[in-house]
Amino acid sequence: MIRLEKRPTPSRAWAAATPVLAVLATMIAGGLLFAALGKDPFAAIRIIFWDPLFHEQFAAYSRPQLLVKAGPLILIAIGLSLGFRAGIWNIGAEGQYIMGAICGAGAGLAFYPSESILIFPLMVLAGALGGWAWAMIPAILKTKFGANEILVSLMLVYVAENVLASVSSGLLRNPEGHGFPGSRNLQQWGASANPELIAGSGMHWGVVAAFIAVIFTYVLLTRHILGFQIRLTGESPRAARFAGVNPARLILICLGLSGALAGLAGLFEVTGPAGQISIDFGSGYGFTAIIVAFLGRLHPVGILLAGLLMALTYIGGELAQLMLGLPSAAIQLFQGMLLFFLLAMDVLSNFRIRLGKAEVA
Amino acid sequence: MKRRTLLAATALAIGFGGAAFAQDKTKVGFVYVGPIGDGGWTYEHNEGRLAVEEAFGDKVETVFQESVPEGADAERVLTQMALSGADLIFTTSFGYMDPTINVAAKFPDVKFEHATGYKRADNVSTYSARFYEGRAVQGHIAGKMTESNIIGYIASFPIPEVIRGINSAYIHAKKVNPDVEFKIIWAYTWFDPAKEADAAKALIEQGADVILQHTDSTAPQAAAEQAGNVITFGQASDMGEFAPMPRVSSIIDNWAPYYVARTQAVMDGSWESVDTWDGISTGMVKIGEISDAVPADVKAEALAMVEAIGAGEYHPFTGPLKKQDGSDWLAEGEVADDGTLAGMSFYVEGLTGEIPQ
Repeated sequence: MIRLEKRPTPSRAWAAATPVLAVLATMIAGGLLFAALGKDPFAAIRIIFWDPLFHEQFAAYSRPQLLVKAGPLILIAIGLSLGFRAGIWNIGAEGQYIMGAICGAGAGLAFYPSESILIFPLMVLAGALGGWAWAMIPAILKTKFGANEILVSLMLVYVAENVLASVSSGLLRNPEGHGFPGSRNLQQWGASANPELIAGSGMHWGVVAAFIAVIFTYVLLTRHILGFQIRLTGESPRAARFAGVNPARLILICLGLSGALAGLAGLFEVTGPAGQISIDFGSGYGFTAIIVAFLGRLHPVGILLAGLLMALTYIGGELAQLMLGLPSAAIQLFQGMLLFFLLAMDVLSNFRIRLGKAEVA
Repeated sequence: MKRRTLLAATALAIGFGGAAFAQDKTKVGFVYVGPIGDGGWTYEHNEGRLAVEEAFGDKVETVFQESVPEGADAERVLTQMALSGADLIFTTSFGYMDPTINVAAKFPDVKFEHATGYKRADNVSTYSARFYEGRAVQGHIAGKMTESNIIGYIASFPIPEVIRGINSAYIHAKKVNPDVEFKIIWAYTWFDPAKEADAAKALIEQGADVILQHTDSTAPQAAAEQAGNVITFGQASDMGEFAPMPRVSSIIDNWAPYYVARTQAVMDGSWESVDTWDGISTGMVKIGEISDAVPADVKAEALAMVEAIGAGEYHPFTGPLKKQDGSDWLAEGEVADDGTLAGMSFYVEGLTGEIPQ
């Protein structure tokens, strides 16, 4: 008989091993799925995980694209992980990402066609502020009225999407756009462009910001009193209160930081890879980042790796569609499996598996 | 750093070399905004792809990628397609415009065809269909058949193509039924069955007994079927499984002849950057079978209109027409020019509500 025995504390070794196991399990289950679709499972897995990095025809292009895709995911997930560790659930990063992009783009476009070098820094600031302000709504509602931040932040995503639709067909619409919605192309306007810093590397300011955020958060969590308070609140809210942690202050800080980082991610995306504010600018990074945060175990370095892995499945998935004709739904299913197996494997870090008869208590 | 760029350059060169060696087969790529099983817009583009395969057999290889988001992801998908050796790439949604132009600049030897946009380059053509011609026919049938005099319209995005369709349908419904009123819901999506069904239900609850849609799924058809006594029109594809009721007719996008012709041009080396905007006359827009739910006299009038538009005798935007604000647009007998139609951002007189700003 197989029994599950709860561990007194989650096993650290298993916590580190489960993401790897989850990836392996996803490969096996995914392979079966692809085989059932009549495609060679080994070829499909190789294309998804190997070819974006090493295929002679594509790798030179897709390797830097990994950074482009992972940058916003990591930046957002890092912000989310701070709150998640403290039990503060910001589910609305997508909305903060959109509002950051809108505020940043708006601040820049107000000065069009100036070529001042101050415009990009101003946009960065406005982007962070936009995301921060959008996250402050659930934060203040939570601290003042006890409103559930999960619901409020999630609902504000839909509000942000409608604001996005409104500004792209109104306030920020390109006057030279033949009546089509969408702002001016920020990528092609020197003052606002967020180009590759080193040609062919995929590194733009957003990726740099993501790396800085990883280091900053690592130091914050291990060395700073605020990091200690965040961890303590998550592990034992009562003990945190006795230790003098002010919960309202922590909520404002955690939601504010995650909002600002999501806003920054939006700003770097709209000035770089996306290029313009358009109705479908929101591409789900804010939601995918939640997966990335958990896949990375809410640990800064883990999130860095998880973000790159997630980006790999996106880019590899696209290649598999192109080269094997796999349907896009199968790829999405494959990505979904990854989270599913990770959550399932969590059993291993929280429980011990015992074989044999139950001992008499 | 230097070594890395050098490596990247070599790898790119190998990529291009590979494409050149595979020259015996012409590789044609398609980028779709929805899934190929959407039963509407993307489905018909994919039918066009299959027609290319059928027409050229072993001489072509086609690849496609479905449900590609419009924006940063599209640029990567296009680049990978070009790197894989595609000779001709069709990008089948408006939002791929800037990505298409960007990628085309990097691959001067690959030909690109962008649907419904307005930016062209030496290796980028644009093409679109005059769907508004079909909308005129729909408007006529809708105006004749509505009993509540309320016609519901599920619009996608406030772009000229959609606004043209609304205007064209309204003008022709109003012509045969002066009491007709349009209720318009902006869904902000091309394909989202849940949202489309919600929009259809909301319109039916507001008294609409005709639903026109500019979104690609069959969800509004299903909602109308459930409500009973509501008629609809197939969008982009025939949606014939809902005939004879609620679907009484349809606009079918027929891309196959265009795709075959353009692939042929690439094979011959005669491909040139052009701007194509065809309608009923060339068969790019087809009107699906008008079902028996439509009274015979209405059906005959509708068919006559199809005939007249196809022969170039009638233009759906013929004056006298005024804009929504009451200002004059077209004088008696005057026909709208393509430039105005291509950038249309206003409603005609009589429509209520505002285009989302």
